[in-house]
Amino acid sequence: MAAPLLAMRNVSKSFFGNEVLSGVDLDLRPGEVHALVGENGAGKSTLMKILAGVHEPDSGEIELGGEQVRFSHPSQAQVAGVAIIYQELTLLGERTVAENVFLGREPSRFGVIDRRKMETETTRLLEELGERSFTSRRLVRQLSVAQQQVVEIAKALVVDARVVVMDEPTASLADHEVELLYKLIHRLQARGIGVLYVSHRLREVFDLAQRVTVLKDGRLVSTTDTEAIDIPGLVRLMVGRDLESFFPPRESDIGDVLLEASGAGHRRLRDVDLRLHAGEIVGVAGLQGSGRTSLARALFGVEPFTTGEIRVDGRRTRITSPRRAIKAGLGYVTEDRKSEGLALRQQVRHNALLVAHALHRSAGVSVSELLTSVELTGGPDSASREVRFLSGGNQQKVVLAKWLAVRPRVLIFDEPTRGIDVGAKFAIYTLIRALSAQGVAILMISSELQELIGMADRILVMRDHRIVADLPGDSTEEAIMHAAVHEEAAP
Amino acid sequence: MTAIAARVRLPSGGGVHLALALVLVIGAVIVAVDGGNLLSQPSITGILHRSAALGIVAVGQTIVLLVGSLDLSVAYLISLCSLVAAETMAGQEGMVLPAVLAVLGVCVVVGLVNGLVVSLLRVNAFIATLGMALLLRGVIDDQYDGPAGQVAQGFQRIGYDRIGPIPVAALLMGAVALVAWFVLTRTKLGYRIYAVGGDVEVARLSGIRTAPVVVTAHVLCAVCAGVAGLFLASRLGAGTPTVGTDGGYDLESIAAAVLGGTALAGGKGGVVGTISGVLLLAVLDSVFNALEVDPFFKNVVRGTVIIVAVAVYAVRTRRPR
Repeated sequence: MAAPLLAMRNVSKSFFGNEVLSGVDLDLRPGEVHALVGENGAGKSTLMKILAGVHEPDSGEIELGGEQVRFSHPSQAQVAGVAIIYQELTLLGERTVAENVFLGREPSRFGVIDRRKMETETTRLLEELGERSFTSRRLVRQLSVAQQQVVEIAKALVVDARVVVMDEPTASLADHEVELLYKLIHRLQARGIGVLYVSHRLREVFDLAQRVTVLKDGRLVSTTDTEAIDIPGLVRLMVGRDLESFFPPRESDIGDVLLEASGAGHRRLRDVDLRLHAGEIVGVAGLQGSGRTSLARALFGVEPFTTGEIRVDGRRTRITSPRRAIKAGLGYVTEDRKSEGLALRQQVRHNALLVAHALHRSAGVSVSELLTSVELTGGPDSASREVRFLSGGNQQKVVLAKWLAVRPRVLIFDEPTRGIDVGAKFAIYTLIRALSAQGVAILMISSELQELIGMADRILVMRDHRIVADLPGDSTEEAIMHAAVHEEAAP
Repeated sequence: MTAIAARVRLPSGGGVHLALALVLVIGAVIVAVDGGNLLSQPSITGILHRSAALGIVAVGQTIVLLVGSLDLSVAYLISLCSLVAAETMAGQEGMVLPAVLAVLGVCVVVGLVNGLVVSLLRVNAFIATLGMALLLRGVIDDQYDGPAGQVAQGFQRIGYDRIGPIPVAALLMGAVALVAWFVLTRTKLGYRIYAVGGDVEVARLSGIRTAPVVVTAHVLCAVCAGVAGLFLASRLGAGTPTVGTDGGYDLESIAAAVLGGTALAGGKGGVVGTISGVLLLAVLDSVFNALEVDPFFKNVVRGTVIIVAVAVYAVRTRRPR
């Protein structure tokens, strides 16, 4: 067995008296993919940030290649050969690929940058990563998310990283892009680089990792070979709950049509026909860029349909702005809750009443009742905390509370559980079920097919900005994927 | 200008060069109809002269804007520098170098304080530099009642001499802009300025120590203001407590930079666009002067031009999803 590349021993860290990590051990071998899993708040990101030099540990040791290290600024971690690929990409949109790859370590002589070297090196790195679809001179904002991730990985390679940490790297990737990422990770492994892989998607853990470490409440639960465990076993370690109970069962009946679109479309979307019934959960599947989010935004009036007809409750309704959509009884939980769903620097209370106030309507219930109804955890003073301090799961619950305050009849969810830990996911699923039991019609967009199959009564599949299939809720993943990529597979 | 724009990468500021060319052509036609000549040598010399001070300040302002900050203290700093220069020189040729060094010293101190307050104390740049502006104003009001000191005879040549049709002042502006352009596009410091202004967290996570970058940008901006103060002192022959504020260099320098495509939020733009922005404002001025337009109307047009320019940038950067 190879000697460990990285060893963290007995690492502890507290913030303001709260212990977020206590005595955690972790090691990483050359060429290994080591997965790190746990619910949000389990301490994964703190552990990563200690490794990255963002936070200093209160106690414990870190050894890199047999030498003890201590980082107090990210630049020191980089020099030591640790590269982090954060969940939110750390790239500058207005700068070129090469400028981003060499950001902070540009080749230079007397402070003057050797641009040619920077560009040829970048091109070489991109080729090494099997990427030929863009050049080193392109502006990063012109690239797709998947391409940007390649840039991010090139950025890690340029420091001659020995350890690469990836935080939820697939969170914003579509399935075929995930395949590419897998290939890239295998290349890193082949170079003897150790990869620490943080993900909520457990299937990826088994696809990629040789070992998996589970954290819970800041403590190490276990480190196991992935061959010696399965998904249900892993979930049990993480939350102490079985996977079978993960998707709460349907307990109500489906009612009348609440929202109907016929022949609707605009500049990009074409021929949208759909019907949502009261109490129904309709899933929307499709690859990244297939028009799923465009559909949600069109229905909600952000980029309104220009053709066709929308009926709410059987009455023809023109939804030309979000305000009109809300008045017609629609709500929209966006995929980007931080920039589109919440006023991060305001208190939970204000966020929860945002929509109600915008309509000059009283919520009808108190804020605390509202927060209780979404099961917001976090103590009695949680209503007065600024939203940015909440975990992803609790933030999503605040978004939901914001909509429940105006009692919508149709709710659109776009990636409702993205970046949310397993426990909070379950809470969100339960809430969605409860809403549908109350007769709310739900449209749920998701990249996680398991989630769609577990929750939806029907699954619409989108491709090339069109709805191409209307499948039953108990379809197989293969059937959904087939519909989502069909034309690409054909010659 | 467009030839330069083609070689120098300008993500979205390219439009200002076109706008400058258009204003020049349309202005020339209108002035010609009125019986004047906008493109005559004295007129062009005048435009360049008029641009010099604002151009130098605006180059500095561009640097702080790019790093994601701004500097509202430049107008008072210019006044103070003109006074320090004229008083130190007191008409003697031998005192020119000490005067220049004294001015640079003042600027470095002001820039350091601005930069440290913004980066380490995390005071919003608007407030920090506004505070500095008031502080400088207090010093000026306390120490000076009116014009003071006298610059050396030889020093005045910077303000008035020209080489062929090109005023020395314009060459000075060109030199300052060239240095700034080189720093921003070819050096590590410049790359860091764009990185910090583009996203301070990304810069930090990429291993850049951000505070020194912000401080350096503020010092460079203050030094540019000092150079402008020296130039204005040479032109007026003495130091004047109101020369900076009369010129409105604080807000106009920001306007010129933004007109040239530099993003107020930072990380995007550059000095080439800024210089075009400054020239555009100067050409507009010359056209209005030639037509003897009411100053009120003049400001209305300038304001409109700036707002339209920023609106155009905003629309162009808005991306469909």
